[in-house]
Amino acid sequence: MLSRMRRMYQGAESFRELGLLGFIVLVSAGIQLRNPMFLTAGNINTLLVHASILSILVVGMLMVLLTRGIDLSIGSTIALSGMVCAMTVAANPGVPPILSLLQGIMIGLIIGTIIGLLVSRFNVLPIIASLGMMNIVRGLTYVVSGGRWVSAYQMPRPFLQIATGRILGVNHLIIIAVVIYLIAYYFLTYTRTGRQIYAVGSNPDAAEISGIPKKRVICLVYMIMGALAGLAGVLWVARFASAQGNTAMGYELNVIAAVVLGGVSLTGGSGKLSGVILGALLFGMLSNALPLIDVSPFWQQAIQGVVILTAVWINVVVKRRNEQQALLRREI
Amino acid sequence: MRKVCVTVLAAVVIAAVLAPAMVFSAGAREEVGERHAYIFKNTGNPFGERLMDGFAEAVEEHGHQAILRAPDQPTAEGQIQIIEQLIAQNVDSIGISANDYDALSPVLRNAMNAEIAVVPSDSNVNPESRHVFVNQADPEQIGRTLIQGAYDMIGGAGQIAILSATSTATNQNLWIEWMQEELKDSRYDDVELVRIAYGDDLRDKSVAETEALLRSYPDLECIIAPTTVGIAAASLVVTDNDLIGDVHITGLGLPSEMAEYITNGACPFMYLWNPIDLGYLSGYTSMAVASGEITGAVGDTFDAGRLGSFEVVEAMDGGTEVLLGEPFMFDAENIDDWKEVY
Repeated sequence: MLSRMRRMYQGAESFRELGLLGFIVLVSAGIQLRNPMFLTAGNINTLLVHASILSILVVGMLMVLLTRGIDLSIGSTIALSGMVCAMTVAANPGVPPILSLLQGIMIGLIIGTIIGLLVSRFNVLPIIASLGMMNIVRGLTYVVSGGRWVSAYQMPRPFLQIATGRILGVNHLIIIAVVIYLIAYYFLTYTRTGRQIYAVGSNPDAAEISGIPKKRVICLVYMIMGALAGLAGVLWVARFASAQGNTAMGYELNVIAAVVLGGVSLTGGSGKLSGVILGALLFGMLSNALPLIDVSPFWQQAIQGVVILTAVWINVVVKRRNEQQALLRREI
Repeated sequence: MRKVCVTVLAAVVIAAVLAPAMVFSAGAREEVGERHAYIFKNTGNPFGERLMDGFAEAVEEHGHQAILRAPDQPTAEGQIQIIEQLIAQNVDSIGISANDYDALSPVLRNAMNAEIAVVPSDSNVNPESRHVFVNQADPEQIGRTLIQGAYDMIGGAGQIAILSATSTATNQNLWIEWMQEELKDSRYDDVELVRIAYGDDLRDKSVAETEALLRSYPDLECIIAPTTVGIAAASLVVTDNDLIGDVHITGLGLPSEMAEYITNGACPFMYLWNPIDLGYLSGYTSMAVASGEITGAVGDTFDAGRLGSFEVVEAMDGGTEVLLGEPFMFDAENIDDWKEVY
């Protein structure tokens, strides 16, 4: 009996993602009618490459939001990590790409750790801690670069290959994103720490009483977010072959929007990886498809807003209905 | 332990607050003849850095002091704050690359009332709030030159597209108007402008817009991007998709950003004015207005150091301006000399 109820509940949960998936299919069909070039193999590849950096970042933001936190610093982290790595390879063209990636991850990890400590040990509100770091890190980016940009001609080929290279015809960015998803899925579903993140988010006090190291878990999610943002910085600079001080300014809002679109609750505790993948995909799809449907730039923004609101609305409606049905069945 | 931490922190905060003030008072006490200020759109822009280098060069040639400022963000509000500070310091002139054509008007008129010379360059303000504008190049000439360049690249016939910055950018829109004007000539009957796309000067959006252009118009032969981020993003997409030679890119861009793509052939040639010369001419114009040598009226002439003599002419918006000259062409021959400069 109990296991049957749980199965039903799980069915309802995955149905929520189905709602978003259905919506994506619907939007795709609409765009396809306007421009038959949309659903071609070439464009789908372009779309996935376009969504990959965003989809790496939403994994980290999912974990942060699960603990009732938020991280506004990631746009700045992307800029600093990208700028430092680009300047390093510009000065030493021999640096192997893997070291650049590690360098970026380390920079992000340090920033994430500072935010994590501020939030978990010093009880600073996440929005304030990350807002402060956002400004500090953005300022640091200008200081480090002296206001100069690093341009394509200064970047060695192997560095650019990080984002443009292919393995068996699949772009590196897509492969990196998939690997991160697999690791994150295992981590969130099957490891003790992964489950503790959910526990801390749904009820911090209960989690602490039951012996979960709450502070350590909270610090950890910001460290993961920082490391992913640092990685994304290297990928960003390698993809666009240019590092400038205002790289990814305001990008954190896109990431948060994509995560919320994926059905993650801002009040913590609930949200799934499959949801945020779809959220990132829908976001990537919009930026790829809106230029394809040939409407004025003013309408583009409005359409983007309408699509996002509709998706969130469908999400809410489906969720409410599922919860009601689940409750109904439990009474019987 | 905590008390010590708090004390140290407090000391640091107080020091941080006081430091700029101390620097400021030290600067004010030092008397060095005339002081000429320049405010760029925002910090961290290579073009702006070189422009201010040129400005400082001109001002310092005459033993005057150059004050170079820029807000963190490209907003009118940030520039208004800086202008108010400069009025309070009673500088001799304010040069500015304006973030808004009209919003700076009240504060700049205050400056003019305080007998400070107001000489915008690069990006203009309205005629009521300036003495004279230093124009990098004639918008008509820029628009027509870009179309002629595209015409040569596609061999006289084919589809072209424009990738601009934001849809509200004053200078880009003016250039695009002149491009469309030039296209009316019967010489361009076989050239079709298929779309004007807007990349908002953001890397990711400019790349997405270029990809969409290439997908929607498989026969597209040339993209004109009159903006640095746009032209580099378009060239990047063409390079990554192995379309070099099939799709040509031209427009206005920074040599450092474009060196890679001019060398690999994605962009056979592009244009830009020399920001150092633009800043240098701004410096001389500022000094000429501040000293009363010119008033900014049509027909005034003055000497601008190594650039020679310039004349004030009537501007399209009803005010007056000084024209720097023709846009400079960058191609595979000369790009290596310029990529390190700006």
